[in-house]
Amino acid sequence: MSSLNVLIMDPPYESANTATVFRMIDSTLRKGHDVTVFAYEGAAALSFKPQKGHPNPVKGTSEEEEKHPLSKDFVEGLFATARENGREFKWINCGLCVDERGVGDWVEGPVRGGPQHFVEAFNNCDKTLVIATR
Amino acid sequence: MSKYLFIESRDPFETNDVRDCYHLIKDLSDSGHDVVLFLVQNGVFAARKKCKNSELDELLKKENIHVYADDYSIDERGINKESVYSQINVTGMDTLVDFTMEDGRKPIWH
Repeated sequence: MSSLNVLIMDPPYESANTATVFRMIDSTLRKGHDVTVFAYEGAAALSFKPQKGHPNPVKGTSEEEEKHPLSKDFVEGLFATARENGREFKWINCGLCVDERGVGDWVEGPVRGGPQHFVEAFNNCDKTLVIATR
Repeated sequence: MSKYLFIESRDPFETNDVRDCYHLIKDLSDSGHDVVLFLVQNGVFAARKKCKNSELDELLKKENIHVYADDYSIDERGINKESVYSQINVTGMDTLVDFTMEDGRKPIWH
């Protein structure tokens, strides 16, 4: 068992990076590793609780039929996966980034932190992966 | 000898940064290092045999460079697996995680 530290920066619904990193974290937890995520800049909104799905007027689908994927649900799902697999999973939202964007109401699990927590995770984890915006 | 993992998420026709990344991988290979190049997202467009991409062709000839492509990204983009270079292994996220967590291998996202 090892540990992975991931820094992500992309906001929700902006980049394919988000889906890839969710898939990667999910697989990492299922393989028995611990994971720490530092959600920086726009990524601080990934766990924002008020996110809502919507209908799609182009396709004529209702909100229920559309099943719009919400990033907050994926964050909750990763916490559930960690619990099911007995792994430690930390999600740290950058506090200043949260305040700037007004996204402090988040789902259960994430905690508030700062760059020092990323440095701490960098020093404590076996691997660090930085996924910057373009 | 060091071990590297490059996760390339970009299409080489989207930005020349990708070619710079390929050049870095070739330089590391020429210096005797072991490199895994894992293509994800739009990075998988380069995996098609019909794609004119001499820089990737060079990497595929090297024994100490191992190239993989994410199956999910391949399917999402409607790429037929038969159209992918035979030297490129189409595989899943579990493989990427294995390389990321491999002892001594340095992961780099681009």
